[in-house]
Amino acid sequence: MTDPVAWIVLLPLFWATLAFVIGPEHGGRLAFAGLAVQLALALTVAQDVSGGAVRVHSVGGWDAPLGIELLADGLAAAMLLLTQTVALPLALYARAYFRVHPECGRYFWPLTGFLLAAMNAMFLSADVFNIYVTLELVGLAAVGLVASGGGGAPAIVAALRYLFATLLGSGAYLLGVALLYGTYGSVSLSVLAPLVNENAPAAVLLAAGLMLTGLMLKTALVPFQFWLPPAHGGAPAPVSALLSALVIKASFYLIMRLWLTLYMPLTVPAAAQLLGMLGGAAILWGSFMALRQAHLKMLVAYSTVAQIGYLFLLFPLVTQTPPETVQSATQGVVMQIFAHGLAKAAMFAAAGAVILSTGHDEIAHLGGISSRLPLTLFTFSMAGVTLMGLPPSSGFLAKWLLIDAAISSRQWGLILVMIVGGLLTAAYVFKVLRHAFLKAEQSTTFRRLPRMLEWPAFILALASLLLGLRAGDLVNLAVAP
Amino acid sequence: MSTGMIFALAGAALFVTGVAGLVLQEHLLRKILAFNVMGSGAFLVLVGLGQRSGTPDPVPQAMVLTGIVVSVAATALALALARQLFNLTGGMRLPRKAPDD
Repeated sequence: MTDPVAWIVLLPLFWATLAFVIGPEHGGRLAFAGLAVQLALALTVAQDVSGGAVRVHSVGGWDAPLGIELLADGLAAAMLLLTQTVALPLALYARAYFRVHPECGRYFWPLTGFLLAAMNAMFLSADVFNIYVTLELVGLAAVGLVASGGGGAPAIVAALRYLFATLLGSGAYLLGVALLYGTYGSVSLSVLAPLVNENAPAAVLLAAGLMLTGLMLKTALVPFQFWLPPAHGGAPAPVSALLSALVIKASFYLIMRLWLTLYMPLTVPAAAQLLGMLGGAAILWGSFMALRQAHLKMLVAYSTVAQIGYLFLLFPLVTQTPPETVQSATQGVVMQIFAHGLAKAAMFAAAGAVILSTGHDEIAHLGGISSRLPLTLFTFSMAGVTLMGLPPSSGFLAKWLLIDAAISSRQWGLILVMIVGGLLTAAYVFKVLRHAFLKAEQSTTFRRLPRMLEWPAFILALASLLLGLRAGDLVNLAVAP
Repeated sequence: MSTGMIFALAGAALFVTGVAGLVLQEHLLRKILAFNVMGSGAFLVLVGLGQRSGTPDPVPQAMVLTGIVVSVAATALALALARQLFNLTGGMRLPRKAPDD
């Protein structure tokens, strides 16, 4: 009855449904209260798990083969913590944002609640079929958020593209589940893990390939990035922040979970190298495209394409490498998930504040921001510091751990890509800053912003910076059994 | 060849047809139908491979029921969006290239 693992899934469902019934005006307050409790629950789970207890909850009292099991291990607890930590300040931000633009936020609170419930359930899923269901729920809620943002025909087109990409992705994943069940007669991760080995039949290899391709499509790894920039760049700022910071990470979390527990023995070095190369291509191409954008939100969206690339460097670093390389690569990727989650939420929120104040987001006409919106610009720069990977930010630590893993496994190409990626990131962040420090143009008018449009983003950016100092706890939590 | 295997192979063929339709067809309604064909293919594989020596296995049947519910919801959302696009632009096709903004 009082198990936090169950309530962290139920609570957002409750406030989402209530928010739908009572209408958008009051949804924000409910959501904030719900999220505050969810954060407390996530902290409880994290504390239990880092104390060495794996939390299992059988839904409705039915045990695993018949019922659905929710299981919280270290990685799941870390993801729960990240999700609630990012969503709580964003709820404050979204309340202020939709007070200015009420027409964009009619369904924001219900859809956000369903999205968070689906993501929390996904992190806690212990079988591959339950993962499929939560994956679809996350996708449908996210598409709904993109479509209901009041962006007219371009937003509907972006939502449809996103919907088809996400349906194709989960379709491929489901076929993988069917092949796994057909081969082993089980969908439970803990039952499957010992059965999958080097001599697995071809059907299992096919399943692994289908599941990986489907999830890559949802994570928008190059060459599947086509749907991301219009969907993330075109949505209202609070939605972009949720999608870029959290939803992308949810499908990557699944890739990580499936590989580290299930498919590791099947992975051949050539496939891992290919994934690493796609990751490297994403870093370079995404950063280059970000540098070329004329609009602030599109720049931030392409920056997401680039930052996703770092996550996929995991594969060449953990395939047939020494255990200490595997450990520091895994820690680096978890750190990168957190660094990018916090920093990108802050960056999209700051970009949204700029748009509300000036009425546009053309980078060439951002002059005067430095004197009129100093806090927002400071937020943007701090988030930029994390993305570039300068000390003492969490982004620095993530890249440090990844480079350390690359050195110990002698993969020099990856180090080069990471360094060039960091320089390109600096280039696009400074491109924004350079224009922001110019004098204001005569034609620009600045609206005064409510404090709640600036401070939540600042807190997120500060968290991404300071996380570098408390990284030990997080990294230990993520690798806890 | 067992009946289950015939079901599974037919499912695989349906799945590939559906994916091809989803990617290649331009009309939104055809894309949505193709998605349903793809989903049915995956369900057929799930039920077909789930049969052990001719006796049907109830677990994949329950999973397919859940999957059907999910795909009905997805179809409804896709249709609602397609209708909204039709109301806004009068067309049922996505523009060829995503606009930069």
